[in-house]
Amino acid sequence: MSRLAFAAIAGAASLTLTACGGQPERDITTADRDYQNQLIEQLIDAQPGDVIEIPEGVFAFDRSLSLTVDGVTIRGQGADRTILSFQNQSQGAEGLLVTASDFTIENLAIEDTVGDGLKVNEGENIVIRGLRVEWTNGPDTRNGAYGIYPVQTTNVLVEDSIAIGAADAGIYVGQSRNVVVRRSRAERNVAGIEIENTIGADVYDNVATENTGGILVFNMPNLPQPGYRTRVYDNHVFANNTGNFGHEGTPVASIPAGSGIVINSNDEVEIFNNTIADNRTANIIVSSLHSTGYSDYAVQQDFDPYPEGIHIHGNTFSGGGDNPDGLDLQGLKILVAGPLGRLPDVLWDGYYDAGKMVDGAMPDDRRICLDNGEAEIVNADGPNGYENPAVVTDNHRCSLPPLPAVELALAE
Amino acid sequence: MLRFSVLALALLTAACGGREAATPQFIETGNPALLSAWGMMRSDGRSLVLGDGVVPYDLNTPLFSDYAHKQRTIWMPEGVSATYRENDVLDFPVGTVITKTFYYPRTGTPDEVRSTLETAPGWRPDGLDLAGIRLVETRILVHREGGWVALPYVWNADQTDAELRRAGEIIRLTATDADSREQDFAYAVPNANQCAGCHAVNNTTRQIQPIGPAPRHINRDYAYASGAQNQLEHLHAAGYLGDGPGAETAPRAVNYLDAAEPLDARARDYLDINCAHCHNPSGPADTSGLHLQHDAPTGPNLGLCKLPIAAGGGTGGRRFGIMPGEPEESILLYRMETNDPGAMMPELGRAIRHEEGIALIRQWISELDADCQARG
Repeated sequence: MSRLAFAAIAGAASLTLTACGGQPERDITTADRDYQNQLIEQLIDAQPGDVIEIPEGVFAFDRSLSLTVDGVTIRGQGADRTILSFQNQSQGAEGLLVTASDFTIENLAIEDTVGDGLKVNEGENIVIRGLRVEWTNGPDTRNGAYGIYPVQTTNVLVEDSIAIGAADAGIYVGQSRNVVVRRSRAERNVAGIEIENTIGADVYDNVATENTGGILVFNMPNLPQPGYRTRVYDNHVFANNTGNFGHEGTPVASIPAGSGIVINSNDEVEIFNNTIADNRTANIIVSSLHSTGYSDYAVQQDFDPYPEGIHIHGNTFSGGGDNPDGLDLQGLKILVAGPLGRLPDVLWDGYYDAGKMVDGAMPDDRRICLDNGEAEIVNADGPNGYENPAVVTDNHRCSLPPLPAVELALAE
Repeated sequence: MLRFSVLALALLTAACGGREAATPQFIETGNPALLSAWGMMRSDGRSLVLGDGVVPYDLNTPLFSDYAHKQRTIWMPEGVSATYRENDVLDFPVGTVITKTFYYPRTGTPDEVRSTLETAPGWRPDGLDLAGIRLVETRILVHREGGWVALPYVWNADQTDAELRRAGEIIRLTATDADSREQDFAYAVPNANQCAGCHAVNNTTRQIQPIGPAPRHINRDYAYASGAQNQLEHLHAAGYLGDGPGAETAPRAVNYLDAAEPLDARARDYLDINCAHCHNPSGPADTSGLHLQHDAPTGPNLGLCKLPIAAGGGTGGRRFGIMPGEPEESILLYRMETNDPGAMMPELGRAIRHEEGIALIRQWISELDADCQARG
């Protein structure tokens, strides 16, 4: 086992997804096709302060929508009543692209886009409320990458929203600051909810189930900002066992099916008071970029691939770890827990930065702390070719000061 | 004798369109419903003639747009001129109107067109002979007091005028290539907001601006009706451009098709004009960490051994943006080769593959040298 690399499961994953590809379930034969130009013109003519109301109905689009004006609200009549279907889309990399601030979208659905569902690219004060983004054919590699996708945004609230079927992440907040994702539901995506290269995020009261990985907190290299300080709490993360249907090469393609919460290369992450159950590889995975297709050449010099300052406490675990994805992880389980056992609730790939050690120990604020009753942590021994994995709970019994809550006026 | 000449001239003019050249207008407010209101060109359905003082130009390496041919023009009102800027688009004064007319040589019905890089038979130095030409759209970029405004106009069936289509349009065409292969495709006229998708090259300020008329792109000759001349020098002589260095010292991008130029320059200039309006450190695609300006440093941010960030299906199952020496393992090439709207690049303005561009980038990647060996 030269290189366990959580990425090793990609081959198995692609088998799963070919079997799943289907036709969109949404029937748009009677959809309104004339509304498209009206909405596009409203978006072009919008002025700050405008509310664009979209009536109840199913509306078909053959190209993407875009909004470039600050201070606009787009409002439907409910996520099951106002449906924007992009099944016929022949142009555009997303359903709706917003490059504007002070934007609110609420109470509608975006379905079956060829690329991303909603993308908000740079802007502040972004509210996404009661939005459903769904690929109605279910999990399929050919689905769009992201459902709800604010990137390089500041002050972001995603609430009461739903994302289903994304071939990358259902709800993905990237390179942003000051973010709340709450009361939302992510199911049957590769990644349910993903916080990436983001500074200050609170993720709570969400449900993530039937994804490949439920909730991800990631850092990727070569981007303008590394992320840190994310709190994941009061979520229900269960049975995220869908075979990985992500595209090889994407960061999420390395996620083993059956991952509950995954922290990769991110710092200052507090995971507490969640109910995490029945994720068949592991309920929590803590890993570094070394386990996700890392290339020495391609990483900026100052990128820190090590997850540090991780605090796991007060979660309720049950089940999970009993049937890890892929032969390598199965082998790991047998080594650690025997053929009939289960992997501990927390799986750590074992990479750490020896350069940060002081007198042979990691400073407290950089440790991976597990203060969660009976829950245990396994070191997969990635740095040594995964040769001597071991349960190392005693080395990680510690706790860290609580992270501050995100202060977001939009969420009050 | 003099009278005879005048008569001959009149006959000539009649043969070329039957009407006088249009008088260009700068329109500060309102968006005219018809292209003709701008006076940048006039068409009677048989020929299209540029308006008075409207100067055509070409680029050393142009943006690929589904093999559409492009007639580009610049016009300015009396008394103003652009200021030379070395490494940016020319600093155009308020009142400037830039046009780009997209057209194809026809193979049959107006919806049957030829996909070729060869100059169209109807090309004229100052217009088009429309026999055998399908006019598709003309885009206006006008510099108003409040900034640049982009307006798309779609030509009518008679090809006598074009109508404003702010919501854009999908036009179904069939292209036939040099090997007689036919391909149906959806030509997309952008809506007014989508114009900003390319022309707002800084996603923080979001001001839209021209992209092509920068010295390095327009430093080349054009076969004007009055004879061939360097475009920078012609604009200067026409009073449209203030003082600047001549053709010899101004920067010059290469023609990506010119095999006599260095391969690296051809590839980098191709990526620059096709990608860098988004893929630059402040552009909309800075989210990807992939920077493709002609002068971006070689390294991970140019794509070498770089992991994708949010590519989704755009990876094509490949691991790195560019895997040196291995074009078929490089995401960049996949995104040029696929026509899937959710995966292809550029995101807008392309529905069919640019075979010549693909061949160039394939060769460039195959000759790059770096080791992406993963640690493990």
